[in-house]
Amino acid sequence: MAFFLNSIPVPLKKNTADKPSVRMTDVKTVMIPMLMHQGTPATPVVKMGDLVKVGTKIAQANGELSSPIYASVSGKVTKVCDYLTASGKYVPAIVITADGEMATEEGLTAPTVNSKDELLAAIRESGVVGLGGAGFPTHVKLNVDFENVETLIVNGTECEPYITSDNHVMNERAGDIEFALSAFKKHLGIKHIVIGVGNNKKTSIENMKELASRIEGAEVIALPSTYSHGSEEAIVFHATKKVLPQGKLPVDIGCVVCNVTTIAEIGKYLKTGMPFVERYVTVDGSCVKEPQCVIAPIGVSLEELFAFVGEFECDPERVVYGGPMMGITVPSLSAPVLKTTNSVLALSEKETKFPKETACIRCGRCTNNCPLGIAPAAIEKAYARKDVEELVALQVTACMECGSCAYLCPAHRPLVQTNKLAKALVKEANN
Amino acid sequence: MDKMLHLSVSPHTHCGRSTSSIMLDVIIALLPATIAGVVIFGLNALLVVAVCVAACVGFEYLFNLIAKKEQTIGDYSAIVTGLLLGLNLPATTPIWQCVIGALFAIVVVKCLFGGLGYNFVNPAITARVLMLVSFASVAAPAFPAGVDAAAGATPLVQLANGESFDLLTLLLGNHGGAVGETCAIALILGFLYLLARDVISWEIPVSFIGSVFVFSFLMEGDAMKALALTLSGGLLLGAIFMATDYVTSPTTPAGKLIFGLGCGLLTFLIRYFGSYPEGVSFAILIMNLVVPYIDKLTKHRIYGGKKA
Ligand code: SF4
Ligand code: SF4
Repeated sequence: MAFFLNSIPVPLKKNTADKPSVRMTDVKTVMIPMLMHQGTPATPVVKMGDLVKVGTKIAQANGELSSPIYASVSGKVTKVCDYLTASGKYVPAIVITADGEMATEEGLTAPTVNSKDELLAAIRESGVVGLGGAGFPTHVKLNVDFENVETLIVNGTECEPYITSDNHVMNERAGDIEFALSAFKKHLGIKHIVIGVGNNKKTSIENMKELASRIEGAEVIALPSTYSHGSEEAIVFHATKKVLPQGKLPVDIGCVVCNVTTIAEIGKYLKTGMPFVERYVTVDGSCVKEPQCVIAPIGVSLEELFAFVGEFECDPERVVYGGPMMGITVPSLSAPVLKTTNSVLALSEKETKFPKETACIRCGRCTNNCPLGIAPAAIEKAYARKDVEELVALQVTACMECGSCAYLCPAHRPLVQTNKLAKALVKEANN
Repeated sequence: MDKMLHLSVSPHTHCGRSTSSIMLDVIIALLPATIAGVVIFGLNALLVVAVCVAACVGFEYLFNLIAKKEQTIGDYSAIVTGLLLGLNLPATTPIWQCVIGALFAIVVVKCLFGGLGYNFVNPAITARVLMLVSFASVAAPAFPAGVDAAAGATPLVQLANGESFDLLTLLLGNHGGAVGETCAIALILGFLYLLARDVISWEIPVSFIGSVFVFSFLMEGDAMKALALTLSGGLLLGAIFMATDYVTSPTTPAGKLIFGLGCGLLTFLIRYFGSYPEGVSFAILIMNLVVPYIDKLTKHRIYGGKKA
């Protein structure tokens, strides 16, 4: 039986899809960590007491795999503190007390871009990284030879429940997307652009089709909007009809995948010179009375952000960055909006309730619904025996941690957690 | 200090289905057959079923208590085992034999192997087979009041003897057999419920029942007779409720098809060439044993990888 890239019937709850986004400008403080991307933390270039404005560089990229950071409010640097990232690393964070003016840095002008190198340098300067959640520096991702890489895939599928940020970007920022894609086409020599949009986003599809008609070699494909069709594995297959071999990157089979918000934010910088300081964040979850897609300054605390949309309807049990299927829980509401935060959700106890754990009843739901055809129940048993050989045979490293298996498991087996541990075990054994 | 929130690995939400809700669905799906059995065979049938259920739950409770294990009767799987055991016995089964069957099913087949999920053969079927070979009363069918038991045999025996059997009787179940196996309509209702609730998939029942029909047809050359053979004996009860037991059947759709086909072939062979008129329980039991091999042969191909 082949893998089937099937999806599972998670309710999509796109409550905020039809409301226009609102910009949050009245902010008290922001705390901006120096690591909001994959790679090395940025190096602060401001000190306590410095006055900054929106767009002032507060940290510079440290090496190639890094990204500069800009102030998202105007005000004074009042503190530099430690911040614990989700990967368990302590990095400095710069706290800016806002003056309420939201004054922008003077002299920001669109960068001069006449070549591939200049374009990549501009993307690096923009502070944009993979905004779909991965945070991989985009200037590194796009630094490939587009003679051999045929297709740029723009991912606008956004299949996780609740999240509508990409959707809003496609509806409100089509001009920026077009600007960036035209520049990519001109300077990177990309032949073919495929914009993949979930088929539940009718307006977005129309918008994207319209702009694609003006860019040669660009097309829009409507993808199933059910979970987890927004995965890289799925979109690569739908766009190119090629399967991404395990352990390979899309570039190895001739394509590069970028999230659509990433493209839009690059476009804005290329157009105006205003670096990446604010982002679309879907504020939702069963505890949020009036969910809203908010354009929020990077670094604003979740507490301020939730308060901005209104009161909680109930006490949140879990608060997550990202979606309910793959998101990361935050320890407290003082956590900041990061570059990669496409959504913050306050989930009630009821919504996060799992059934009582029992032994695996071999119902097959996990393996028959895994979009990649993986067998989590077998992995759990092999992991319990620490059987690395079997784990390799079961191809646990292919697991994309989409959570479909654990969402369905009636026995509440910790399948995603075990897969993470099993992957680490395999990796360790290979070293 | 801010309020600390619950930290946990994704996913952060669940479909809501639990082991116990699945077992509850199976119990609901068995209700029509149970009621039909009581209507057809009288209160004795109810007694047999009730004793089996009570004994299964009781033994599991006691086992966990004595073995100092976490109590598991709350997952309702013991109720399912008890129901299935009771429905597979004739209404005339002595109570003490029911209790022994339950003891064997729960303690020996299920709990001693580690409990739910670890038994490699179906507890109810194994107990029934044990009783079938040990107790004459279990092998002899019970008959509904008003049906001439002296002249009668089960439809399966009658059919084997070349007698014909009225289709309506088979559908309604007003003939000899075990409590829950005779009323085809009730069993099919249960099947539809399980499909609608997505508790089981179609592969095992359809390939099992379908293959018995096809083999019977090839043997008899008569579609009506093949249909009668398919509707009689414990075939529907076994194919819908016992062969689909998650724990003791393959997990992938391809595996399920092979498993159902194997069950059908063995049932046919035992019916025609074995010494027992009925082969469903034996067939399922034998196929239970080869599930690990079927599972190995029918793994899914994984995205971006070789066949595992
Ligand atoms: S979904 Fe859960 S209970 Fe079902 S086979 Fe997978 S691990 Fe076992
Ligand atoms: S988390 Fe991994 S194993 Fe589970 S369904 Fe997703 S890809 Fe498959």
